[in-house]
This record gives sequence, structure tokens and C-alpha cells, in this order.
Amino acid sequence: MTWVNAVVQGILLGGLYALFAAGLSLVFGVMRLVNLAHGDLSILAAFLVVAVVDAAGFSAWVGLVLIVPAMFAIGYLLQYTILNRTLESGELAPLLVTFGIAIILQNVLLEAFSADSRGLDAGSIETDSIRVTDQLAVGWFPLLTFVVSVLLLGGLQLLTSRTRVGRAMRATADDLRAAELMGIDHRRIYALAMGIALGTVALAGVFFGMRTTFFPSDGPVRLIFAFEAVIIGGLGSLWGTLVGGVVLGVAQTVGTQIAFSAGISPGWGGVLAGHLVFLAVLAMRPTGLFARTQTT
Amino acid sequence: MNERDFSVGRMTRASRAGLVIALAAVAVLAVVPFWGTSGNLHTLIDALTLLALAQMWNLLAGYAGLVSIGQQAFIGLGAYGLVVLGDKAGLHPFLAVPIAALAVTVIAVPTAGLAFRLRGGYFAIGTWVIAEVYRLVISNISELGSGTGITVGSAAELERGTRDKGAYWLALCAGIGAVLVVYLILRSRLGLALTAIRDNETGAQSLGVDVLRAKVIVYLVAAFGCAFAGAVVYLNLIRLQPDAAFTVNWTVYMIFIVVIGGIGTIEGPILGTAVFFVMQELLADYGVWYLVALGAVAVVVMLVAPGGLWSLVLRRFDLRLFPVQRRLRMEGVARLPELGPGPEG
Repeated sequence: MTWVNAVVQGILLGGLYALFAAGLSLVFGVMRLVNLAHGDLSILAAFLVVAVVDAAGFSAWVGLVLIVPAMFAIGYLLQYTILNRTLESGELAPLLVTFGIAIILQNVLLEAFSADSRGLDAGSIETDSIRVTDQLAVGWFPLLTFVVSVLLLGGLQLLTSRTRVGRAMRATADDLRAAELMGIDHRRIYALAMGIALGTVALAGVFFGMRTTFFPSDGPVRLIFAFEAVIIGGLGSLWGTLVGGVVLGVAQTVGTQIAFSAGISPGWGGVLAGHLVFLAVLAMRPTGLFARTQTT
Repeated sequence: MNERDFSVGRMTRASRAGLVIALAAVAVLAVVPFWGTSGNLHTLIDALTLLALAQMWNLLAGYAGLVSIGQQAFIGLGAYGLVVLGDKAGLHPFLAVPIAALAVTVIAVPTAGLAFRLRGGYFAIGTWVIAEVYRLVISNISELGSGTGITVGSAAELERGTRDKGAYWLALCAGIGAVLVVYLILRSRLGLALTAIRDNETGAQSLGVDVLRAKVIVYLVAAFGCAFAGAVVYLNLIRLQPDAAFTVNWTVYMIFIVVIGGIGTIEGPILGTAVFFVMQELLADYGVWYLVALGAVAVVVMLVAPGGLWSLVLRRFDLRLFPVQRRLRMEGVARLPELGPGPEG
């Protein structure tokens, strides 16, 4: 039963990883940009909610409602003023600039909030759970995270496939010049995509902060897990990203269980198992489980 | 055109002067242990190993287009290789350094096999994941001290003066060697291939350049260089912990040095290392603001002058200390045209 429990918790954890991965996947799909500050921006969102909660005494949920549009604005401006410029000058510039931003963010957060861990209080939902059997309980909060993740990915799918903006995004991704000839301003489309991505990143960061305590230095690990979910699922497929997140989540919880049974550090075993599953997918099926495009 | 009217060469007056200055600098650096204090040696070991690391990252990203955020994998493996060869196999630590670097290069072959399945930004994060895997594995091997770390026994046993001198000369080999290796690679057939790849990868491939082979060679050379430098760093520090040896901060430093100094030039990382050290001294009292400032400078440089500080020097002066491009010289023509595309042709 402990193993069933591990798998169930892993699936739900996968929802959180998919939430982190959605924005990374969207931005790469629209403008072939790999945002190395992705994880640190999610931690920034979590700390912004901490600041709002501390300053105004709101609940973390109110903070979330305020910070998601704020992160959208930050994303839009970041893309419009800085990142669009880097996209014009080759492959190196966007990577190195986002990496620089990641390091700046990490250290500014460290200076502003100290190296101590912080947490966000989501209320009683954090600890409440549905008891399925004596040994298997499903927490409301992980379940909510999973549902939000599915809704978000569904929403992004609808946005890109059914709306005018989504069509403009796909057109820009397919052929920048042709899209421009049709009157699409790709700089605005890119800024919009980054804004939406950072909105989802805020959601992910705050859910992460409600689930567990977090540190200013947590960004890179968030980026790595999001990236693993994207690659396992396959580039260019939003539902693949969900599956990728679930595979990663299950690998981690089962790995934790294996390490626990073997008497070695469980946390260590979980993270390593996740990485190893990722590397195995990379070795055997480098395009991911649900690849839509062959080129990466 | 008469055969005598023109010639093709690489050397310029500046590069000949540069060669003399470089030789003089190497000669001065080589004798530092005879007059410098232990503090001098330690500072220079830091600088020279960083220079070696920066040159390796520059070779990867600046010439082969491989943005790796996982070079700390090879630094850490080189350091642990020193422990294994020095303490477990009983080799003299000075000898263990190059052998550890060679062993790590062998480990880098399957690593490349995995990492090269990804491209661009995903290659970057992929190399990072692989470095994390090495860190996690090593931090659970009890013979290597697990997560708490281990003392490099073979180095600790050496008399202090001997260890300082040995580590310093090895660091000098790493720093000078890295510059020299990058220079020689760029002047070779492989260098031509790399230049072509840097300018247009698809174009290079269609002209018959074996792009994958060139990139793998560069990746392996960089693995060797980083492992060598990593082993020297921990020969000097003696105390080794997986979290410190495999920290991404190593790669952060390399990237900032190369970007600020000038990516895709040999002079850039040298200038960048100097700037890095000056900023470190100036901002030593400001803690993490040092990294914030360094990051901000790197971002601004990338946006305003993507060629780094060295490109600003080049804009004013035709100063090539390490001539890698060929020049056409016409008799009686005052200003000579350059051959080949790109800033480094």
C-alpha cells in the first residue's frame, strides 16, 4: 500500500511540476527562447506574496490574486524592453541574459529576505485530506494543485488553438516574416506570451510556497524540474508536459520510497531517481514521450 | 597580379609585441614562487585556474556554440579524481592532477552522448542536470566522505611550501596551457571548422564540415581543462565538499568572466578575469551585491556590446594579441584588408 500511496502522491506532485513547466513550454514554443530565469521568477512571485502578506496582512490567496497580474506585467515589460532585443542577436544572447537575470534575482532575494526559509499559509486546506483507505489519503491541496494544473494547460491549449491571439502566436512561431507581413507585431506577441508565462509561473511559485517552505536559492531546482517535465513529455506538446510532470513526480516519490526502504537518505533518492528517469528518456527517446515536432 | 605584390600572414606588429609581452609575463609568473608570499601564490592560483576555466567555457560557447551550465561536473570530478588517485591509489598528488583530468575526459564521453541529444537552451539545462547527478551520486559514496566532504590526504601530507609551489606551477600550466590550447586549436583545421560553425552552422555542415565531431572534440577538451583546473583548486584548498565542488557558481563565474571580457576572443577571458578580480576586491565588503553587480554588468554588456569589453578595445585599436585570422598584405597599401568573415575570421 505504501507503493500505491507513493504513486498517487507522485501523480499529484506531477501536477505541480506541470504547472511550473507550462510557461517554459509556452515561451519556447512561441519564440524558441529558453528562459533560464524561469525558476527564480517563480520564487520571486512566492516572495512577493510573502511581502504582500507581511505588509498588508492579506491571506496568501489574496496575495496570489494580486501577484499573478503583477507577474504578467513584469513578464510583458521584461520581454518588450530587454529580451526582444536579445532574440535579434543570435542564440547566445537570450540564454546569457536570462542566466544573468537569474543570478541577479537570486541574490537580490537573498539580500531582501535573508537566507531563512519562508512559507505561505493557505489555511486548513493545506492539511485536510480525503481518506481513501486506512493507508491511503489524498490531500486536498495537492489535489487542488493538480486540478489547477489541468485547467491551466487546458486553458493554454484553448488560447493557442482557438483565439485570435493564439493564432497570431502560432503564426509567429511558424514563420516570423510571413506573420509580420500579415500585420502581426511579433514584439507584442512575444511580450504577451512572456506575460502569460510569468502569470503561470506566479501560480506555480505560490502553490509551491503553500505546499512547502522555500528559500531564495530554490529557483534553479524549480527550473530543472520544469525542464525535465518538458523534455520527458516532448517539446511542443502541452498535454505531454502534464504527462512529463507526472512521470517525474512518480519517479521522485517512488525513488524516495525505494531509498527509504533501503535505509538511505530518502530526499536524496527521490531527486536522483527523477534525474535518472529523465536521462533514461533522453537516452532512449530523446524527442520525449509525446513529441509533436522532431526538431528541438 | 604579380606574386610579389602581396602576401598572406597572421602576425601584425601588435601581435608580435603581444607575443613578447606574453612571454615576459609567463617568465615573471614562472618565478613568483621564489619571491612571492604564500598569500600571493594563493591569489594567483585562484586567478590562473579561473582563467583556465573561462578559456574552456569560451571555447565551448564562443566558438562551438555550446552553452554549458554544467562545467562544474568536470571541476568536481577532477577534484574527486585527485582524491581517488592520490589517496586511494597512492599517486603523488602533482602527478594525480593530470591523470585525474585524463580520467575525467573519458567519463565525459558518455556524458557528451547524453548532453548532445539536446540543443541550444535545453543543452544548457541538460548539462546542469548531469552535473547534479554527479553531485548526488558522489555525495552518497561514503568512501568519498559523503555529503560532509573529505580531506585531500595526499596533498595535506605535503610540506606546505612544496604544496604551494606545486599547486602554483600546476595552476600556471592550467592558465597558460588553456590560452595556448585554444590558440592552437583556432589556428588548426579544427579551428577553421569551428569558425565556420560559429558563423553559420547549417552552411558549415553543407560544405562538409563534420559539425558533431568538432563539437564533441571541443566538449572533451573543455572537460579536460575544467577537470585539471578543479583538481588544482582542491590540491590548494585541501578540504573538498560535493556541494562546493559541484556548485553551479563555478559556471556562473566562467560565464560572467567570458561575457564581460569578450566572448569568442582569446583576449576577452584574460581581460574578464582581471575585471572579475578587481570587482571582487572593490566589492568584497558588500556580500551578495558583488554577484548582483557582476550579473548586471554581464547583462548590460550582452545588450549594449555583445562582444564584451575587448570588442570596445578592438573598435579603437587594431590590436590582436593572438592572431588567428589571416590578413592579406598588398605592397604599398597603407591599410590592409582582412580576409575571412567575422570578427575573428
